[in-house]
Amino acid sequence: MKQFWSNNRFLILRRFTQLSILFLYFGANAWGWWILRGNLSSSVVINFAQVSDPYAVLQMLAAGASISLDLFIGAATITVFYFLIGGRAFCSWVCPINMVTDTANYLRRKFEFNRMQGPKMPISRNIRYWVLALSLVVSFVMGMAAFEFVSPISMIHRGIVFGLGFGWASAVIIFLFDLFVLKDGWCGHICPLGGFYSLLGRFSVIRVFHEEGNCTLCMKCKTVCPEHQVLHMIGKESLSVNDGACTNCARCIDVCDDDALGFSLRELAEKK
Amino acid sequence: MSKGKKEPISDRRKFIFNMARGVGVATLGGFIWSAYINDAKAQKLLLRPPGAIKEEDFLKTCIKCGLCVEACPYDTLMLAKPGVHKPLGTPYFTPRDIPCHMCPDIPCVPVCPSGALDLQSVVTKNKLDINKADMGVAVIDEESCIAFWGIQCDACYRACPLLGEAITIEYQKNERTGKHAFLKPVVHSDPCTGCGMCEHACVTQKAAIQIFPREVVQGKAGNHYIKGWDKNDDKRVKDAKAIKTTTQISKNSALDSLNDSGDLY
Repeated sequence: MKQFWSNNRFLILRRFTQLSILFLYFGANAWGWWILRGNLSSSVVINFAQVSDPYAVLQMLAAGASISLDLFIGAATITVFYFLIGGRAFCSWVCPINMVTDTANYLRRKFEFNRMQGPKMPISRNIRYWVLALSLVVSFVMGMAAFEFVSPISMIHRGIVFGLGFGWASAVIIFLFDLFVLKDGWCGHICPLGGFYSLLGRFSVIRVFHEEGNCTLCMKCKTVCPEHQVLHMIGKESLSVNDGACTNCARCIDVCDDDALGFSLRELAEKK
Repeated sequence: MSKGKKEPISDRRKFIFNMARGVGVATLGGFIWSAYINDAKAQKLLLRPPGAIKEEDFLKTCIKCGLCVEACPYDTLMLAKPGVHKPLGTPYFTPRDIPCHMCPDIPCVPVCPSGALDLQSVVTKNKLDINKADMGVAVIDEESCIAFWGIQCDACYRACPLLGEAITIEYQKNERTGKHAFLKPVVHSDPCTGCGMCEHACVTQKAAIQIFPREVVQGKAGNHYIKGWDKNDDKRVKDAKAIKTTTQISKNSALDSLNDSGDLY
């Protein structure tokens, strides 16, 4: 039991956070709760603080909208928050699509699809930065926030809170794509929001730290990591995972039985 | 250089090629993406919450957070979901299902964080005034409205929150029977807010009175036509400039047979 907890604690915490956030948003619309009103694009926390998606605001800027003070403050709040705790912490601790792609990835491992397809992926993980840039160009040309209009994240999240319509289809598409076509396809290659937070998380303070001395080279961490390239230091040197693509999901810390991985603050890690 | 052994391709060429490939794919993707958005933007027949700014700016400014939807006590407002053929995630309402009930405290507008719903547009003299809202305008189809057939019905007139202002009843003799009157509803588009209470109340199978966005149904006389008897209307063309064209014929001043004859006044 204790072993189960230490091998899954961050996974359980993440699912708890993801589901609680969804539930709080849902309750706000369904039963008038006031803890978290709105949705992931923009919301009001405890009737007081405005928080907004900085990437959505960036697209609106590109589209030529005048940004209200509320949205500006909200976007700045979220930017500072993720700048500190790790940009892509959003991806693994908040985003509802994470549960879809994690499931696809889990099944991939169970059915050994990864071995069938081989390690070489046909497209680069940098494609998300292209999509990010493209979304701003399209926003500028079309005069409206381009990714917000097609984003499966918003579709699913908004759908769960306000009514789904055909929004479920986007989750199915991503699930099948990640399961059969490309490992970590959506979150690891395409999603421009992930790309945005990768750039933001490049200098964030909370990081995973690898203690090379304890490592037994079992490589379980690399197997479960959705951005395995960020774990290049495993078994080589004691270093914090400084790549912005790391989602701080801590699944690597979960699966490590040798205490070779743990959270650390960037500053402390560098002094060691 | 021997055949078969080619010079290795330099990193610089590979880099340039990869960039060019990226640009190629991005162009393709960008066109498809833009086409999709262009198509979705083209939807004009949708009604926005009170205080909504111009549709073009609304699409830019609305962050699709749904706070207005949550604030609406009558569940009038909805966020467009995939499959309803409206710009995704933006708020709208369907008056035949649930009209806007014109709350005097307008809960949906002040909660908007983005300014897509403009509070100032529904304020007169520092007080909230829902009657200033402009969500659309009611249009009557005289062919299917039973009041125009001569059957007595004033459902829309009674439902209108601006009864007697936005909808009035016009009496007219029914020549067919010779002893009855038509009681015809007439919409006055200036006071009409487009709340849709009339469309909701309409008794015909498909509503004979329906709400449309104002810019869809409203025409424009243009600067060529002025109500000469109305001082205010004159202001409309204050900045208008005459366009002078000279042709072979117009070189000679036109003969104004009505006014130039001198003996009229």
